[in-house]
Amino acid sequence: MQVNEQTGFVPTIVAFCCNWCSYAGADLSGTNRLQYPANVKIIRVPCSCRVNPMFILRAFGRGADGVILCGCHPGDCHYTTGNYYTRRRMTLLCSMLDYLGIERKRTRVEWVSAAEGAKFAKTMRSFAEEIAALGPNRRLEDLRVRKSEPEGRVPDAE
Amino acid sequence: MRNKLVERAKELLADGTVTRVIGWKRGEFSYDVTPAVFETAEELEKDFVYDGFCGANVSKYLIRESAKEGKILAFLKPCDAFSFNQLLAEHRIRRENVYAVGIPCEGMADIGKIRSAGIDGVTGIREEGEEFVLSTLYGEERIAKKDALAERCLVCKSKRHPVYDELIGEEGEDLPDDARFEAVDKLEKMTAEERFQFWRGELSRCIRCNACRNVCPACTCENCVFDNPDSGLSQKAAADPFEESMYHIIRAFHVAGRCTDCGECSRVCPENIPLHLLNRKFIKDIDELYGAYRAGENAENKNPLVSFREEDAEPSVVHERGRA
Ligand code: SF4
Ligand code: SF4
Repeated sequence: MQVNEQTGFVPTIVAFCCNWCSYAGADLSGTNRLQYPANVKIIRVPCSCRVNPMFILRAFGRGADGVILCGCHPGDCHYTTGNYYTRRRMTLLCSMLDYLGIERKRTRVEWVSAAEGAKFAKTMRSFAEEIAALGPNRRLEDLRVRKSEPEGRVPDAE
Repeated sequence: MRNKLVERAKELLADGTVTRVIGWKRGEFSYDVTPAVFETAEELEKDFVYDGFCGANVSKYLIRESAKEGKILAFLKPCDAFSFNQLLAEHRIRRENVYAVGIPCEGMADIGKIRSAGIDGVTGIREEGEEFVLSTLYGEERIAKKDALAERCLVCKSKRHPVYDELIGEEGEDLPDDARFEAVDKLEKMTAEERFQFWRGELSRCIRCNACRNVCPACTCENCVFDNPDSGLSQKAAADPFEESMYHIIRAFHVAGRCTDCGECSRVCPENIPLHLLNRKFIKDIDELYGAYRAGENAENKNPLVSFREEDAEPSVVHERGRA
């Protein structure tokens, strides 16, 4: 697990992975016994294009500290063009989040193919490290579902 | 102008070109003008208005109206015509049932600004050069247009009607876009913390009346996500700041690429939340990233969110851009 050494904060990370490339990539990293952080929760979707901006916001609302969306490389989509739409949509969404002053590093999009098990593990590790350093998501969280500071969840630094 | 429109509407009703007319009607006060459908010459004579308070966009009403029997005459200001055209592009309006008459617009007044200037009891408005002349309960008052125009009119994008069957007045022109994005630029230059505080301050006033959605000519789904009890967003009060952000991001996102920047959302908001700043952010991003695009300009144009180019920018541009 990726932990912030100083504060002991363990981030919750949601990774939306498309069934055909990135989820298979995650599988491959598993069969190759490559480690990726255990605090990354994978949600499988048929295509990265299935991910509605609401999914991402909802994940934050439900307690995610970082959300990463993984799909096939542009041009390699199982449905031919799905991820091209994803790319435009997510670019605009990330830009809007930034515009609202929500830390831009909390949302990320990466292309990971079924053959890139190592890239999958590496991406997840670096993302988890980044989020651990950023600290808990406070700007886009739903207070009604904030957990009562369980293990890992540290109170605000401020 | 009002009389000219009434005359033309009466002619078209009389010769059977149309069976109904959509235009504007006074509400309880002279400044709460609302769209209304007229069926007879008498009704037109009695209630039809066209003055500096006719900011309401009638194009959304044409979805329902054009589905009915018979043709309807619609008076469209340039920005209404953009919305109308966008709805045509989305096949939401039956074109054959609408007789579109483009009418000129010199900008609409914002009653809020008039009141803040200390003018109360307004009973009527007329234009005179660069001024609005207001009749009030306490006599006549004058205010410079630049102090009373609605924000959206100060940065008007076009005086041209992208679509019409008939034009009253002269064909206008597109206007330069620069001023329209100034406020967005300013926000972009702030730090993330400042932006966050700014938006928290604005959005926390939202009372979730849904007026911004209801008025929007781009929001035309029969079943809206905000009415779906499973969406977690259907309650009529935002219980948590998260819900406010969620509602506003999703509302703006759902009209991205279709929003014509008519400014209706900001006009109707009872809390004066600058919703146009959210829409314009998307418009600006789309222009910058995917090429200049104006929703409603051409019914043939493809919405940038349902098209792509192989060489499109990666989402990481957002992280690289504006490191300020
Ligand atoms: S989002 Fe606002 S400005 Fe855009 S079309 Fe809808 S009402 Fe008009
Ligand atoms: S009109 Fe204003 S108060 Fe009403 S839901 Fe929209 S933003 Fe909120």
